[in-house]
Amino acid sequence: MLKVFKNKLEQGCKTSAYPKVPINLYHRFRGLPVIDSNCSSDVVRQCAVICPQEAIDVSARTIDLGRCTFCGQCETVANGAFVKFSQNFELGAANRSDLITGGSLPALADHAKQHFKKLFGRSLQLRQVSAAGCNSCEADTNVLNTPFFDLSRFGIDFVASPRHADGIHVTGPISRNMRQALLDTYEAVPAPKVVIASGCCSISGGPFYGSDEVVGDLNSLLPVDLYIPGCPPHPLTTLHALLQYFK
Amino acid sequence: MDNYLLQIHNGQVIPRADIPQVPYDVFYTELSAFVKNEGFIVQYFAYQEENANRLLAVVRNSAGLFVIGTETGRTFKSLTGAVSEKFHMFEREIAEQYGLKPDGHPWLKMVRYHKNYSGEEDVFGNNYSAEIPGNYPYFKVDGQAIHEVAVGPVHAGIIEPGHFRFQCAGEEVLHLEIQLGYQHRGIEKMMPTMPQKRFPIICETIAGDTTIGHNLCLCQAMESLSGKNVDKGAKIVRSIALELERICNHIGDLGALSGDVAFNPPAAYFGRLRGEFLNLLQVLSGNRFGRGLVRPGGVAHVMGDEQRQLIRAKLAETTPEIEHVCDLLFTAHTVLARFEHTGTVKHEMAKDLGLVGYAGRACNIGYDARVSFPTEMYGELPPNSNHVTQGDVLSRATVRREEIMHSLKIINMLLDKPETTAAPVQMEDCALKPDSFVVTINEGWRGEVSHCVLTDSSGKVQRYKIKDPSFHNWTGLAMSLRNQEISDFPLCNKSYNLSYCGFDL
Ligand code: SF4
Ligand code: SF4
Repeated sequence: MLKVFKNKLEQGCKTSAYPKVPINLYHRFRGLPVIDSNCSSDVVRQCAVICPQEAIDVSARTIDLGRCTFCGQCETVANGAFVKFSQNFELGAANRSDLITGGSLPALADHAKQHFKKLFGRSLQLRQVSAAGCNSCEADTNVLNTPFFDLSRFGIDFVASPRHADGIHVTGPISRNMRQALLDTYEAVPAPKVVIASGCCSISGGPFYGSDEVVGDLNSLLPVDLYIPGCPPHPLTTLHALLQYFK
Repeated sequence: MDNYLLQIHNGQVIPRADIPQVPYDVFYTELSAFVKNEGFIVQYFAYQEENANRLLAVVRNSAGLFVIGTETGRTFKSLTGAVSEKFHMFEREIAEQYGLKPDGHPWLKMVRYHKNYSGEEDVFGNNYSAEIPGNYPYFKVDGQAIHEVAVGPVHAGIIEPGHFRFQCAGEEVLHLEIQLGYQHRGIEKMMPTMPQKRFPIICETIAGDTTIGHNLCLCQAMESLSGKNVDKGAKIVRSIALELERICNHIGDLGALSGDVAFNPPAAYFGRLRGEFLNLLQVLSGNRFGRGLVRPGGVAHVMGDEQRQLIRAKLAETTPEIEHVCDLLFTAHTVLARFEHTGTVKHEMAKDLGLVGYAGRACNIGYDARVSFPTEMYGELPPNSNHVTQGDVLSRATVRREEIMHSLKIINMLLDKPETTAAPVQMEDCALKPDSFVVTINEGWRGEVSHCVLTDSSGKVQRYKIKDPSFHNWTGLAMSLRNQEISDFPLCNKSYNLSYCGFDL
């Protein structure tokens, strides 16, 4: 018992004050891209050629954050003349088209479905479904339950049964072999229900786009309400998106 | 005996023509003699060449790494029942991927549930347009008092999907069958059809918790096939990253084990500490899992003084905390009472199954690829040793604790090395040696990770083979449950914490 107290003393309270106090991530973290739309087409084309995710549209000069894995390769072309990644982790969006961006995203809170705020603003229970996620999206969702993030202080919890849930949080590119289980889980959630697509896999297939063993786009199966980009999304990206959308 | 097997080296390219090709009966006797005599399988897979079906095996023993190949018809004599369980999953995988039937296999079931690559008639008689996998026979125990428990694919927590089928008498588990495949993304089939620029992105996500381990295997293979050199500074960063990955996962699992026996303080502390190490990977690479760090030829981010300082300071701060929380966990009687003699796999059994990584080391199988087939900086670093090796949950937990402390030590040693990589490298297409073969092995946090590449006459990847250590170790978990109470399943499961997607590919 004494050891428990000693450890408690050493550990102290580690819970982050976010969102009341802003948080700065290390400068190597790649968040919202800053795009120079006046950059020469040559450079943009070079970026598009090396992009493994085909996320860059040369003529529109946009990056599709639903496809991008934030690998950072495009940032190295011509010293970041076309794109540099900022440390802004606030990336959630209510519409798929908003993720195709020239460097800014609409304020999420204004685009949230207002009746969801009313229904779930004080208590939101989610069922997580991993549909061929690589376990990074899952792991960085799970950490929201650790003391630093402490998600339940906001009234948001992940629950075991879909019957107890207000919605599903889906990760992974949806393998053919998980399609039915995912649909069954969705069916088991009582309406009205929320669908959250987390990580570029569930938004576009992510690293596995083009494989005939995956569905690739959650929206083609179920109506997605909230998109959380990243590979995986930083836990703060998820936290921010949940708070803005539901609170 | 070694007349036919060709000795090869980890990460060294050989011409495909050098792979010894022997008739199947010679292949059979060579492999069975090798495996019965302290030999283990690293890779065993099928591929097609000029309309012939070929099998290729890479095996290891204390003398090193060997390769042998053969040609086979639509069926071949199974090694599993007659020779060793080590072939069990590999032969099932061959049957599923290429429609080649291992004759006499005692439990010939699909591994992941997908159409085969060769268009041959399906060995299992499946109709793959039918939606749900899971329509296959499970091993059954009969009797009036026997009941069956089915769990998954969707589980209670935030974890990956898989199916567990228990045959129980009361609380006691007589048999557990683990059926995976729900995570199958078709990676091996995809790789040869994809442009090289996608390779690292795909390999980093074979198993996201083993981003560095799998991507190192890819990059070492590409480097070897294209003759690229990696400087010492980059090797230091890669080794540090692999050790950080090990620490994150071990710490996370110790926390989860603690939570599973309802001892919450260490669960919370370890949960938070794990995050500190994920953040160190972010310091190195900009991503908490080390995405975008390792690339063929080196690393995409240089470790400068700033990063060195940050890592050093964080290690100094967290090392005593880790020691104290470990002490708290491993001296609590209530914890020990649950860990000791739970989920035991005996040494002999572990050897028969070919367990690797901490699952093997906890059963007194010392194999560590960092020592046996060192890559990167491991030739210059001291090995680890383990002291509790009874094969139970306590042993697996203790091995993790020892590995955390060892990794902390060697990261500090690596930080003291002055070399810095000359320049960051980015992914670029490289010309690969045609008609070549290479196998790469690294000790990922779960154990032996290995990739094999065969290139064709134009230097394109013809066959890409991936093996996650979980491919060996899931059977270990199943054996851990024999004659255990079913309520011990979560604890046993966490003590292994195997990869679903790494297995399913
Ligand atoms: S960071 Fe995104 S847009 Fe840039 S190259 Fe990588 S995947 Fe493409
Ligand atoms: S989005 Fe990235 S991190 Fe998430 S499951 Fe897909 S590959 Fe893994």
